[in-house]
Parts: sequence; C-alpha cells; structure tokens
Amino acid sequence: MTEFLGYERPDGSVGVRNHLLVIAPIDCSYEPARKIADQVPGAVAITQTHGCGADSILVHNLVGTALNPNVAGVLIVGLGCETLTGEMLMEQIEPSGKPVHNITIQELGGTLRTHEAGVRLLQEMAQDAANLRREPFPVSKLTLAVECGGSDATSGLAANPAVGVAADTLIDEGGAVIFGETQEMSGTQHLLARRAVNDRVAKDVYTIIEAQEARLKAMGVDSRWMSKGNIDGGLTTIEEKSLGAVRKGGTKPVQGVLFNDWDRFGRPSGPGLYIMDGTGWDVPSVTHMVAAGAQVVCFTTGAGSTTGHAIAPVIKVTGNPQTYARMTDNMDVNAGTILDGSESLNSVGRRIFQMIVDTANGRLTKAEALGYHDYIVFRRSREAEHLLGHC
Amino acid sequence: MKAIQIDDRDNVATVTGDTMKGEAVEVLSPDGKMILKAKPLDDIAFGHKLSLRRIRKGEEIIKYGEVIGVASRAIPAGEWVHIHNVDSARLKTSGEEVRGVTV
Repeated sequence: MTEFLGYERPDGSVGVRNHLLVIAPIDCSYEPARKIADQVPGAVAITQTHGCGADSILVHNLVGTALNPNVAGVLIVGLGCETLTGEMLMEQIEPSGKPVHNITIQELGGTLRTHEAGVRLLQEMAQDAANLRREPFPVSKLTLAVECGGSDATSGLAANPAVGVAADTLIDEGGAVIFGETQEMSGTQHLLARRAVNDRVAKDVYTIIEAQEARLKAMGVDSRWMSKGNIDGGLTTIEEKSLGAVRKGGTKPVQGVLFNDWDRFGRPSGPGLYIMDGTGWDVPSVTHMVAAGAQVVCFTTGAGSTTGHAIAPVIKVTGNPQTYARMTDNMDVNAGTILDGSESLNSVGRRIFQMIVDTANGRLTKAEALGYHDYIVFRRSREAEHLLGHC
Repeated sequence: MKAIQIDDRDNVATVTGDTMKGEAVEVLSPDGKMILKAKPLDDIAFGHKLSLRRIRKGEEIIKYGEVIGVASRAIPAGEWVHIHNVDSARLKTSGEEVRGVTV
C-alpha cells in the first residue's frame, strides 16, 4: 500500500495542502476579500461571477471548495445585501468541523474595518493551521481529478493514456478518480456505458452525453463535426477524438455519474472511477472537480496550458516533446518519451503516479510555484435547460 | 520513422513524425516493442494513421482496440487512413468537417 503525508481534517478526510479559503459569495466583495487573503500566508480568495441570487449551483461549488480537505479554515467576506448570504454557506460548511467565520462589509462599516476584522480572524486560523503536522495515510484517501486542455495528436497517444495508467493504479490502491468534460465523450457513450457498474449508471452515461449533444445542436453546432484543426491533426472521426480524450480516465469500471445541476451535486461515494457531468472549459471543469473533493489534479495538454487552482495542485502532463521543451516552466511531466519509443507507456504512467504521490506529500507543482490560483464557477443557463426539457 | 499501434487489435498505427512515402517505418507497441515494419504508400503527416494490413471496404477501422470508423473503400496495407477512406461508424460524417465547423 502506497502512503502519502497529509493533513487530517475533523471529518476524517485528508488534505494534501493546508490552505485558508476566503470566500466572496459574490464578486462585489471580491477585491476586499482578495486584499485580506493577500495579507496572510496560505490564504487564497475565491468568488463566482453569476450574480448574487441564491442559485444552488453556485452554493454547491463554493461550499464544495470549502469542504475540500485541502482547506484548513474558511473566512466568508460578503457585501451584506446579497441574497446568496454567508450564512447559507456557513450552514453547509460547519458540519465538517472546520473553523468558519462570516463577516460583511456593510455591517462592519466599510472595507478598512472589514480588512482589520478579516485579517485578525485569518491570522488566528493561520497560526492554528500551521500547528497541524503531515501524517502518513494510504493513497486510498486520495481523489484525483483528470482534465485535458489544448489537446493535439499526441494527447490520445501519450499524455492521456499515461495519466490513465496512473488513474488505474490509484484505483487499484483504493482511491477515487473523476474525469469530466461531457462534450468530449460524444461518440463514446456506448463504450463508457459498457464499463458502467450497473444499468442505472449506464443510463446516466447516455443521459448526460445526449443532453450535451442537444445543447450543442440548440446552439447551432452539430456535434458530429470536428474542427478543421482536429482533422488536420489526424483525427478521422468523432469516435476517434473522444476515445483519445476518455483515455485520461483509465480503463476501470465507471462507478457513477456525478451530476451538477440545481438539485444535485455529485461526489464520489467510494473508490473507483466517476464521470463528472460538466463543462469542457478547463478552469471551470477543474474548479468543479475540486469542489467535488479532488485533492490533486492531473492535466494533460498537447499545445500547452498554464492552469493551476486556488487550493489544489495541478500536475501538467504533455505528450508533445516540443511543448515540454518550449513550455518547461509550465510542464511537470514529459510523456513525449512514449512517442519516440524511448520509454514505455507503463513506465511513464508509473512516473506520473509517483508525481501524484510526491505532490500529495507537499512538493509544489509548476503552477503552484508560480502562484497561480485559477478558480471559475461554471453555471449552465437555467432558461436554456428549461427550454431543452433538461430540468 | 516510427508509428505506434496502441492496442494489439488495431489495424492502424499513428506515425510520430512527418513520414515520407516509401520510408521504412517501425511500428511499435506503447511499451516500445517492435511489432512490424511498414512501408507507407503515401506521405503521412505527424499524428496521422497508416494501415497495418489490407482492409476491405466496409470493414471496421480499429484504434485503441475500439471501432473508430468503417472503411469507405478498400485500403491497402501502408496507405494513409483518414477521412478520404473512412466514415464514422456511429455518426454519419458529411464531408462538411473540412470547412472548419468547430465543436
């Protein structure tokens, strides 16, 4: 059994980082929240940009991020007049046993007073969080999110299958893996459904992919068609493209589909592989999977990407040796060795698994060492979903 | 030049560099084992596929050990395999793809 060194939380989950999270429930209070976070080491501020209504998708994502075991404590900084209140978030965060505080700018009388109150609360949480020690835990305590972005012909050949090997290894050791980007499953529903553990999960696989195809058609996009770039790059059919994309999730049975709508916010309910119904946009997709509990992210890219995350390490894997050489400041793993036959797929997969363990132990990813804190909450159009008959 | 056959059921391999017609190509497994030597009948660009054996019209094209399409005409061993000789097996492709309608 492989072990990693992590921080145990009051609810028994184990973090690989020890961040303090400052939540601005709405973008109105984000600037003051960011200034407060900037003052205290380990603190990072997040917000969402879909207005101040108490939309449950927004609540699920913000609360999910706070509940992620990489977070040691939470400070909510609101404006004061928003419908999506700090109390709503607190109510769902408090059962985790993490320290959580809620302040508003209007009540405290401006941003300078809020800054003082917020920094004081964070300062205390930072002192307590620094007291926590990393202890050994089995990797079965880990949930890995896998994502791909800026894909090219090498993605399906090298980076995605190599990350898939690491994903399979983690699942063999009792961990969980989430992969998303429903749009990039189009054409593989029959194959993913065949890997479902039961008929209900198989039906869910068809449901989410067909719903995404319906959204694309409603937008005037025919999901059967690929981009010129895909075809120039050697992808012949949509099946081929999607088969390359889904390889990043490995080869294990699909335990469940994690829905993300106004009524449901799915999280892995045990070990194994889960499909997240979500956007294909990289940063919101990673944001969503981390909100569902992933402590570590593997991100495959062909052309290159810089994505990090507010509270989770993002390991960049490229199958393109030229990208690795050109963007080495942003790439953590070169899987391009598979292409020239100098290294086997399994060997690269083992390297990635080791990188996941090292990262969980505390080694910074390139994106972390550059201070990147990407965080974007995605929300579908409720009006459009209603018109399409999806809700 | 090298090409990768991802699954041993595959009847196509992907070239890992721009490949010239007639150039000797070593087809490797993902573990780097030599499977066979191929001689391309066409120039094949990086990331594109070459047939590993003769494929009949209507026969399935296999990559990743899965069906990625069907041959729209007979494909001799060593030929470039792409939209000119393969149709989608699930979703009919119209030829419009090349106009760059993006997904």
